[in-house]
Amino acid sequence: MWIYTLRRILTMIPTLLLISAVCFVVIKLQPGNFADQYLEDPRFTKESAETLRRQLGLDQPDYVQYGRWLWGVVSRGDFGFSFASGRPVSSLIAEKLGWTVFVALLTLLCSWIIAIPLGIFTALNKDKPISSLLNFFGYLGLAIPDFLAGLLLVSLVLKLGGSNVGGLFSPAMIDAPWSWERVKDMLAHLWIPVVALGLEGVAGLMRQMRASLLDVLNQDYIRTAKAKGLPSRVVTLKHALRNAINPLISLAGLSLPSLISGTIILSIILNLPTIGPALYDALLSKDQYVALTLLMFSSLMLLIGNLLADLALALTDPRVRYG
Amino acid sequence: MDNPKIPTPLELAWRRFIRSRAGVIGGILLLWLYLTALFAGFLSPYAIDTQRQDQGYQPPQGIHLVHNGQWMRPFVYAMVRKRDPVTFQLKYSEDTSKPLPILVFTQGEAYSFFGIPSSLHLFGVESGSSFFVFGSDQLGRDLYSRTLVGAQVSLTVGIIGILISFAIGMTVGGISGYYGGTIDTVLQRLVEVLLSFPRLPLLLALSAIIPAKWPSTWVYLAIVAALALIGWASLARVVRGQMLSARDLDYVSAARALGVSDMRIILRHVMPNLSSYLVITATLALPGYILGESALSFLGVGIKEPMTSWGLLLKNANNFEALNLYPWLLLPGIYIVVSVMAFNFFGDALRDAADTTSR
Repeated sequence: MWIYTLRRILTMIPTLLLISAVCFVVIKLQPGNFADQYLEDPRFTKESAETLRRQLGLDQPDYVQYGRWLWGVVSRGDFGFSFASGRPVSSLIAEKLGWTVFVALLTLLCSWIIAIPLGIFTALNKDKPISSLLNFFGYLGLAIPDFLAGLLLVSLVLKLGGSNVGGLFSPAMIDAPWSWERVKDMLAHLWIPVVALGLEGVAGLMRQMRASLLDVLNQDYIRTAKAKGLPSRVVTLKHALRNAINPLISLAGLSLPSLISGTIILSIILNLPTIGPALYDALLSKDQYVALTLLMFSSLMLLIGNLLADLALALTDPRVRYG
Repeated sequence: MDNPKIPTPLELAWRRFIRSRAGVIGGILLLWLYLTALFAGFLSPYAIDTQRQDQGYQPPQGIHLVHNGQWMRPFVYAMVRKRDPVTFQLKYSEDTSKPLPILVFTQGEAYSFFGIPSSLHLFGVESGSSFFVFGSDQLGRDLYSRTLVGAQVSLTVGIIGILISFAIGMTVGGISGYYGGTIDTVLQRLVEVLLSFPRLPLLLALSAIIPAKWPSTWVYLAIVAALALIGWASLARVVRGQMLSARDLDYVSAARALGVSDMRIILRHVMPNLSSYLVITATLALPGYILGESALSFLGVGIKEPMTSWGLLLKNANNFEALNLYPWLLLPGIYIVVSVMAFNFFGDALRDAADTTSR
């Protein structure tokens, strides 16, 4: 198990290298560079724009720029600096990464808490109309783009006279020290992105849970358990559910890409301090090291998430053995 | 003696498909959506780029039947704009003295249907007044017409995108599965790297490459290409799996023994056998393209004016003030939801119909 984990982590390194190279190429394919905007600015002479270009290292060939960045990352954990603010990238994005992971994990947790019971319910009552209704809502949840769900919720809250939309905190709470009040204020802001993001996850998980439980309920050992007179509650909750939930764990890993994508787009709408708005701005203003680092970390999050899901599966399912 | 007709596998699959109510509804919805996109010029009452300075942000007009206590043919009231004396906000109200009967097959603004100039519209009101089913946007353009015409972009992005994805995915997946060995390892590593990107950041990065100077039709093609470039990886993986199990079957060995070239075996012998499977995968993958395009256009890095798409229309609602005051700007979103749902229903039913093993 440990050897497996170690090997997975080690194989991540070449993958990440490849990813960073691909990202750098994609960013460099953008027409123009950061210094170009000063060429059109009447306050800058052509020479000062050229000086700026040299200062930013943009006069070097692309592979030198990439090599220097990579060397900085490997040798001293330096992810370059932001052209726009001059600050090191790592200090700019550390907190944003934290919030991204937090929002994504909170959403994942909430969607599991809601989706699993619903999935069990629809599987156990599969012929009742309420289940068909829930299944229909499942399809609906999968079909609503997360940004539309976010907009709908915002519009609803505004119509009802609420004002807790946008950002993470109310203006009065932004700089306040952490307290119970501040947490409450944050949750009052955070439920909109969590619900909008979770909708898709809940719908997908519910369908999987239903299918998986129905599968398990048809197996022989369930019939045996029922035949020997165990109460049906025990049979479903102890015998069936434990086996039915395993496929969902690998699903949690698979749902991460859409979760991260969703966090990004919702953060842009709702102005949350995650990597979403930062990536968007960095890409549009050609702030290359910020964009590169953010792209890399968004796929690193995915790789780590997948690894964790695989490990969790190995822990819960004794049949899974990694050599 | 009559020969009892033996149903072909396709007929059997069709019967199974028909039995799924959701699938049939989904299919009909899709047909309807694509037909409205095709005849958008005729079905929409106005041209998409006609701006009306004094009719910005007009709410949708309700259809009435009773005027002054009398039944009439369906009509709408003209809208008048006034400034609220207290808040200075522009407010619309119905001018109930002036009913505008809804005319059917009426002449209106000119449009072109595959190069054929026409000005016939399904419905409209007398010229000089206007009837906005979904209200109007900031520049006083008819949102309903823009939604219908936007369908042409939103619904074709998926089809073209999936065709390109499939061409790449089938070739790469086919080669990877057929040859195995080093080629397989290298291609699978590539697929893995592509799959370990969250979709949206990579899409954002790719669409940032598109030069701002490009005309909107080029941008449209570039967006489709970006979507396809990301979409093919998962398809390649699926095709590879199928290929691996097919390559040792007798008919493949036979073809190889006859000296058929490898590429021909992959594309002409194995792929047709996977065709039903591929069609279903395509149907279920299509909503992802629609959603991807709408997300990009919504963020302002996708389709650009003067073209229009559902995502681009929703972009107007991307500020809290507009969202609060003009909630009808969200109406094009219904089309996204309905089309994605229809594709999912249709695809699921197709999959069940093609699946002969589980019953």
